[in-house]
Amino acid sequence: MCGIAGIIYKRGTGPIGRDMARMLQAMKHRGPDSTGYALYGEPGEELVMRFKLADPVDTRDFSFSERLARSVREVESRLAKIGATIDRIDGESEYAYRAMFRYDGELKPLADYVEDVPGAEVLSLGHSLEIVKDLGDAATVSEQYRLDGFAGTHAIGHVRMATESDVDIAGAHPYWAYPFSDIAVVHNGQLTNYHQWRRRLERLGHRFQSECDSEIIAVYLAQAMADGASLETAMKQSLADLDGVFTYLVVTGTALGMAKDEMAAKPLVLYQGEDIVALASEEGAIRAVVDREIDTYDPYEGEVMVWSR
Amino acid sequence: MEQVTHAGPGPSAAGAARTGRYDIRGLAEPDATAPETAVITGQSAELDAADLTTRQINLELRRLLAAGVTDVTLLNPRARHSIAVGLLLRCRIRISGSLGYFACGLIDGPEIHITGRVGWSAAENMMSGVVVVDKNAGSLTGAAMRGGDLVVRGHVGARTGIDQKGGTIIVGGNAGSMTGFMLQRGRQIICGDVGAGLGDSMYDGAIYVGGAIASLGVDCVEAEFTAADEELIDRKFRIYQLDRPASFRKFTCGRKLWNYDNLEPSERKLVL
Repeated sequence: MCGIAGIIYKRGTGPIGRDMARMLQAMKHRGPDSTGYALYGEPGEELVMRFKLADPVDTRDFSFSERLARSVREVESRLAKIGATIDRIDGESEYAYRAMFRYDGELKPLADYVEDVPGAEVLSLGHSLEIVKDLGDAATVSEQYRLDGFAGTHAIGHVRMATESDVDIAGAHPYWAYPFSDIAVVHNGQLTNYHQWRRRLERLGHRFQSECDSEIIAVYLAQAMADGASLETAMKQSLADLDGVFTYLVVTGTALGMAKDEMAAKPLVLYQGEDIVALASEEGAIRAVVDREIDTYDPYEGEVMVWSR
Repeated sequence: MEQVTHAGPGPSAAGAARTGRYDIRGLAEPDATAPETAVITGQSAELDAADLTTRQINLELRRLLAAGVTDVTLLNPRARHSIAVGLLLRCRIRISGSLGYFACGLIDGPEIHITGRVGWSAAENMMSGVVVVDKNAGSLTGAAMRGGDLVVRGHVGARTGIDQKGGTIIVGGNAGSMTGFMLQRGRQIICGDVGAGLGDSMYDGAIYVGGAIASLGVDCVEAEFTAADEELIDRKFRIYQLDRPASFRKFTCGRKLWNYDNLEPSERKLVL
């Protein structure tokens, strides 16, 4: 089933971590397996990279923590080797980390080099995007990664009920549009021409970390934008190019967008307030952050909407 | 919200050390009982749902109706799912606020007025009664409905009245794609525009549309709008005090897919 949510503040920043956690927790019944957040803080000069070096479901043998420590040192030395000036690397959980560094080169060689470390996966990379995903419900993940104090401008999130792949972090949304800076997607539905698109995108040199169909939406959109299309144009084209039933939300450094397939088979409720725009699979999730009677509606089939800051 | 614990009767309430809430029937709130918090004044009652769980709200509604209350006002429903379902008595219920999915499903008799919005599958399988929604509704509104009137003053999503087998659905605004999909009997009156595939694979019944039509579905054809149709629409709109468009177009089944008595060639061989 899965649940998706998005929120964008029209003015300034807000407690985006807390708000997204509330929205997702209100939809726990739609997917208790894993929860993911794509949060946008204030963009800075430095790049922020979220990565993990192991999975919560990995076996803990005697050398587990030793191996992790070795891997962190390896990531650090590789970042330095490729020309990044590291500001800091913080442990966010037992196996997930957040690195801040200055770097002017191409992102792909850097991300590839980091992922070459055994067990490493780059969850997000950009000037303001930070993806946090782990097993458990929204409150558990929010507490584990201390998202309550995360201030920012916009965010998307996802609660997952795993149906076709394992319950692990690689299968959890949101997906970063590897290797494009600051783009992420959450998705509710199934793509039926996944393998076609995966092969097409792989021929362009993209790597896919998961077997999840949602991952290609992120890369598809980012590739279209890299080829010169606007976010809205890329999303409209995706309605023709992607088959299946889907409702997805996409975020960039400055915008939040939604698209619904021509069957309108996956729900989405939209609230456009004076200060915020909030979208979710259920109105109950919106009411978790706007606790009063509000006017909402379901976007129609084939609709694409984008809100920019 | 779902963590409310109940000290109701039953073996599961006995052990204080009980941690899980496993129930063989799969119920999320196996021990729920009617909270008896409604304020009853004669035949009327007011129920504040702010701190109640879904099951408590429905149990309380049922308790009130069984006790002879005929007029219930429900406050603070907070867009929760499956509220006011399975009510089988004639009564009036006013819900101030919005509801989530599966609102007022499986009802037979009540007159329900919702001042907010409803999510997907509102009034699903309604047998009789009236449901009026002041704002918008999600997809699958009035799915498999068998009787009564369902009025949505705002817009509705896709597949309105899918598999409808009776009754009337009235929409003041626009409707999405596949409106009246597999409609078998009954009427739909849409004042605004409708999406692609109107009346796709409908068997019978009629759909009236006041606005633009994106496209017709398989075997849906335009029919003559008669004086009887005019009278029906006029009467319904007077009852619910709705503004009506100047004219409607009527759509019915083209009967090209009516193959009920026709055997497949292989079957014919077997029978003859």
